[in-house]
Amino acid sequence: MSTAPRDTWRKPPFIANPALRWTVYLGVIGYFVWVGLTMPIDWDRVAQGITRAGRIFGGAFPPSFARSGLLIDGFLESLKIAVLATAGGVVLSIPIAFMAARNIAPLPVFYLGRAIVIVARSFHPVIVAILFVKAVGFGPFAGVLTLIVYSIGFVAKMLAERIEEIDFGQVEAMRAAGAPYLSTLFYAIFPQILPRQIGLSIYQLDSNLRASAVVGIVGAGGIGATLANAFGRYDYDFALAITIVIVAVILVSEAVSGVIRKRIQ
Amino acid sequence: MTPCRGRSMRPARNESVSMLKITDLVKRYGSGDPVLKNLDLTIEGESVVSIIGSSGAGKSTLLRCINRLVEPTSGSINLNGTELTTLRGKALRAARRKIGMVFQGFNLVDRLTVMENVQSGRLGYISTWAAVSRRYPRADIRRAYELMERVGIAHYADTRADQLSGGERQRVGVVRALMQNPDILLADEPTASLDPKTSEQIMGLLRDLAGELKLPVLINIHNVTEAKQYTDRIVGMRYGRIIFDDRPAQLDQAAMDEIYAGSPHADRTGADAAAAS
Amino acid sequence: MSSIREEFGRDEWTRFTPRQKLARWGALAFCALAIMWALTSIEVIWPWVWSAPEQIGDLFGRMYPPDPSNLATILRVLWETVNIATFATALAVLLSLPVAYIAAQNTTPNRATLWLGRLILVTSRSVNTIIWALLFVAIFGPGIVAGIVAIMFRSIGFIGKLLGEAIEEIDQRPVEALEATGASRFKVIVYAIIPQVMPTFWAVSILRWDINLRESTVLGLVGAGGIGIILQGAIDTFNWPEVATILLAIIALVVLGEIVSAFLRRRIL
Repeated sequence: MSTAPRDTWRKPPFIANPALRWTVYLGVIGYFVWVGLTMPIDWDRVAQGITRAGRIFGGAFPPSFARSGLLIDGFLESLKIAVLATAGGVVLSIPIAFMAARNIAPLPVFYLGRAIVIVARSFHPVIVAILFVKAVGFGPFAGVLTLIVYSIGFVAKMLAERIEEIDFGQVEAMRAAGAPYLSTLFYAIFPQILPRQIGLSIYQLDSNLRASAVVGIVGAGGIGATLANAFGRYDYDFALAITIVIVAVILVSEAVSGVIRKRIQ
Repeated sequence: MTPCRGRSMRPARNESVSMLKITDLVKRYGSGDPVLKNLDLTIEGESVVSIIGSSGAGKSTLLRCINRLVEPTSGSINLNGTELTTLRGKALRAARRKIGMVFQGFNLVDRLTVMENVQSGRLGYISTWAAVSRRYPRADIRRAYELMERVGIAHYADTRADQLSGGERQRVGVVRALMQNPDILLADEPTASLDPKTSEQIMGLLRDLAGELKLPVLINIHNVTEAKQYTDRIVGMRYGRIIFDDRPAQLDQAAMDEIYAGSPHADRTGADAAAAS
Repeated sequence: MSSIREEFGRDEWTRFTPRQKLARWGALAFCALAIMWALTSIEVIWPWVWSAPEQIGDLFGRMYPPDPSNLATILRVLWETVNIATFATALAVLLSLPVAYIAAQNTTPNRATLWLGRLILVTSRSVNTIIWALLFVAIFGPGIVAGIVAIMFRSIGFIGKLLGEAIEEIDQRPVEALEATGASRFKVIVYAIIPQVMPTFWAVSILRWDINLRESTVLGLVGAGGIGIILQGAIDTFNWPEVATILLAIIALVVLGEIVSAFLRRRIL
């Protein structure tokens, strides 16, 4: 085939078209260089960071559990927020999931359902929290409302996907047997989505507990509020104690929720 | 190093004939019965040697002890004057360069091109920069094309390895091993994942390359028919011992029965057919 | 012919055994009790709860119509938000490589490094971005540096964990083959391990960039740069029409981010 022995070889480039390839490479490099150089950074202030970090960590060690009463109260409040928000979110997410399932809902309802899910998912819970704090005042109620929205965004989306996958043969079998609408719903559709919904609820309780630690920072109650206060008052030793407890609780709740979900399936 | 041209496949290698001498080799996993029991084996010259025996006889362990993918418990393995069992680190890697290996599952890196897979046989020789940047030495590239053309896969140089058929993938595996410029080639069930026709092609290829490159080849194989047809010497293993070592013509039904006795083995049919022929 | 009773020992049918039933009712009762406990002990002012729908409606009423007069500033700050997410993701990806390497059982040099790797991953993952941001705002002062570092710290755990799992799941046979050629450890990594984890690497990086885009929209609420700062400003001055514009801009950004990451996933994977 070849006349002269070939002694050069190049790896085929990832992007075959050379013009496009170089445009992409230069574009990426240009972006990072240009943005990196023009970022509004106060380097003097950043340079002080080392000494400040030293002071903060110096103040944080050893962590102080002196005000453990405050810590426990904050935590219980977070737990209550998480429980109520999960209950509310899971209940509300069922009708919304049916609305957002393409195979069940009529088109206009489907669009409405999908829009609710997209809006609920687009906003970080902290943004939702700050709006609810303004609307209903500081405290755990704003936290509950926030996490209900947060739960709907996730649970309704996953549940809608599950509903779209259900086996319609069972529905048809029920209809063929002359079952009324509600019976069909209870015998043919619910059994298919129930295990998924329970798994999702447990998962969501776990993630609501995490999120409840965060939404408190902007005033929506729970341990987050305690943490933000400790930080604001430069009580770094108490803040570290709170953070350690948050991490511990999250690890425990992750493990517990994992075990329960494994048991159920 | 002078580049080799034309049909001569002989690389610039030490001209003395390779010799592998295994003495009193023992391999024991944990505290159980040894898998290899005081095994002795000598391979000299450019012969193609096949090792047969039922699963669990220790064939694969023996092969892997030679290049130390498996750590021998005791005994000696000597390749051309180098004691392999005591090597560590750099010296072990230098010794492994001289031992090519072909695997049952091909063991290619699926997401790399055929050329990169082939050149990975040179990794022990080239600089880290050449390896990372894929700027392989010209002599290596020329050698790779020669070998790939010899086995019929040169047109796949830029193709990703996972796009190839089983037979083609094993050819890449063979070329990768030959790129190491080895003193000996080990093949661990090289045809067990292939269909019968392809596996005969690969066996033929291994036999021909052994002759062309004056390279001793040691092949673990299940298929006794192929062992008899393509190799110069057959070693029969049973329970970690060598119980047969002779030319293929000497492998009669009695020897077969002894090697495969008491093992309800899938390849018995092949073995019986071979013995009967 | 034997009757059903003789064959199965009973002629009634229930879906669950008594034990299962007990477990189900127990679980249900436990959930009900938990909700009751939370409802009765949570410190909320109930009249506020009853007026909440009205208040929320009022808030949205005041947001309409959105006021686009500050749109130029909003878009500029939105761009800054994208930059925070992108830089933080890029840095996190680079830093998570060695962490993933030592946190994977089959590549870590020894026990001590394995536990060090796991400690880094757990610490990084368990602390939320906002809490990291609180810390780094205190250290570096308000601004995007705190935001980038906060997102980076959270992302290292996420990327490192998934990448470490990908390393643990690779096909070991090519690794064995390259070790048999006498290649050094580093070259084995470059040729046998990296190509196998590349798809996961890209998928995880893109996914995390998408998540970081969302997270970077709230950093400003604790002073760590991005669109959150002007959102906080508009809320504090009760400029609800501008708040509406900012919220719409954030939705647009998030949706755009999803489109871009879906495009990248299709092209690269």
